[in-house]
Amino acid sequence: MANLIDIKGVTHAYRTKSGPLPVLDNLNIAVPEGEFAAVVGPSGCGKSTLTRLVAGLMKPDRGEVWLHGERVTSPRKTVGMAFQNPVLLEWRSILENVILPLEIVAPRMQQKDRESRAMHLLEMVGLKGFEAKRPSELSGGMRQRASLCRAIVHKPDVLIMDEPFGALDNFTREDLWQTMRDLRAAEPFTCVLITHDLRESVFLGDQVFVLSGRPARTQMVLPVDLPADRTLDILYQPKAQEMLHTLRDQIRIAQGRDGDAH
Amino acid sequence: METLQKIATPVLAVVLFLVAWEALVWVNDWPNYKMASPSDLPPAFWKFRWLFLEMGWQTLWRTVLGLGLAVLFGTLIGMIMGFSRIARDGLYPLLVGFNAIPKATLVPVISLIFIGQHDFNTVLMAFLISFFPIAVSVGIGLSTLEPEYRDILRSLGASRFTIFRKIALPKTLPEFFGALKVSVTLAFIGTNLVEIVAPHGRGLGALFKSGETNGDYPLMFAVLIALAALGILLYYAVLVLERIFAGWAERPQS
Repeated sequence: MANLIDIKGVTHAYRTKSGPLPVLDNLNIAVPEGEFAAVVGPSGCGKSTLTRLVAGLMKPDRGEVWLHGERVTSPRKTVGMAFQNPVLLEWRSILENVILPLEIVAPRMQQKDRESRAMHLLEMVGLKGFEAKRPSELSGGMRQRASLCRAIVHKPDVLIMDEPFGALDNFTREDLWQTMRDLRAAEPFTCVLITHDLRESVFLGDQVFVLSGRPARTQMVLPVDLPADRTLDILYQPKAQEMLHTLRDQIRIAQGRDGDAH
Repeated sequence: METLQKIATPVLAVVLFLVAWEALVWVNDWPNYKMASPSDLPPAFWKFRWLFLEMGWQTLWRTVLGLGLAVLFGTLIGMIMGFSRIARDGLYPLLVGFNAIPKATLVPVISLIFIGQHDFNTVLMAFLISFFPIAVSVGIGLSTLEPEYRDILRSLGASRFTIFRKIALPKTLPEFFGALKVSVTLAFIGTNLVEIVAPHGRGLGALFKSGETNGDYPLMFAVLIALAALGILLYYAVLVLERIFAGWAERPQS
C-alpha cells in the first residue's frame, strides 16, 4: 500500500543571529495509511519542526513532504493537530471548542450535525456530561481529552500530535494512551506522535522512528510487533521490554554518548 | 444577610465620609467661599437643577462620543501593531511620544486650529486623551497570542481574518476592557479640560468655571460631585459590557 505520509530527504535550518541553525538533516519518514508512527529523539532535535512541516505550516529548505500522494506546500483541511498545551478557547464551552474545526472546514454543515458529531467523540473519551463546562473547570487530563476530540472532529486523514501527554502525571497519561488506542479503533486516521516517552511510543506506535541529535536524521526505525488491542500489561512483557531496551540504547547514541555509559 | 452587608457597607462608608467632611468644615469654621460643606450641596443642585441636567448631558454625550472614537481608532491601531512588526516598530515611539505630551497643552492648539468649534474640540480632546491605553492593550494582546492558537486554525487553512475573528479578537477582550476602564476616566478629563478652558464653553466644566467666576463655591463642589456621578455611571456601564462580552475571563470561585 502507498504511504499516506512520505517525508523524503527533508533538510531544514533556522536563520538565527549567529548563522543558520540546522535542525533537520535528510530526514526520511514513511507512514502507511492507517498506521501510527511514534517519533522519539533527544530534546531540541527538531521534532516540533517536523509537526509544522507535515501540517504545511512551513516549508523545508530542501526535500519534500507528501500526504496522500500530494506534495504539501500549504495547510490542508485534512490535518488534525494536538499539542502539549491543550490550547482550548476559554470563552467557549467544551462542546463549542470541539466544534471549532468544523466551523472552518465544513461551514455549511448543520449546527445540529456538528454537535452530534462532537458529542459522539466526547462520549467516547469519557467527557459526557462535561460538554457545557468551560475549559478552566476541567482537570488537565480532561482538557487534553477535549483537545484530542477537537483534533479529529473533522475526520482528518492525518493526526499530528506534539507531545500531547507530556504535561500529565503518569497515571493520567496511561489512561489517555488507552483512550487513544480506542479512538484509533473507532476512527480511521494515520497518526504521527512526537514524544519523549519510550513506553508511550511502544504502547501506541506501529513503528518507532528514532531521531538523532540536532540536526535530526532518521537514526533507526523500529517496527512494533505487538497486537493492535494492547493493554498496559503488554509493556511489562519480555518482547516490549526488549524493544524499550533497544530504544533506550538508541537514544543514548542519539545524545552522543556510547551504549555503555550511564 | 450577606446582601444587606454588601449594600450597607459602601453606603455607610459614603455617609461616614460626608459626616467627616461636614465636621471638618464645622470645626475649622470655614466660610463656604473657602470650602463648601455637604449640607451646602443640595441647595446648589436644586437652584441650578435645569443647568445641571443640560450641562451634564452635554458632558456625557461628548465624552461617550470621544470614547467611542477612541475605541474604534485605538482598536484599529492596536490591530495594525499586533499583526505587523514593521508597523509596531514604526508606530510605537510615535504613540509613546504623543502620550507623553500633557494634554492640557494641546487645548490652546486645538482651539486655535478649530476655532469656535466647541463640540468638535471637546470630542476631539476626549478622543485624543483616551485612545492610547486601548491601542497599546489591543496591540500587546494580539502580538502575544501563543502560536499554537494560531496553528490550530491555520493548519485547517483558515484565513487571517477568520483567525482574528474566532481567536485573536475574543482572546484580547479582557485586556481591551481593562484598558477601557482607564480610558473612561481619561475621556472625562479630556472633555472637562476643553469645557473649562474654552471661553463661552458648555458642559459641566463650563458650569464649574462660571461657579468660580461668580464666587459660588457650593456650585463648584456640586459640579465635582456631578462629575463623579457621571464617571461612576460610565465606569459601571463598561463593567456591565465586560461581564457580557468577557465574563468568561473571570475564574469561577471555588
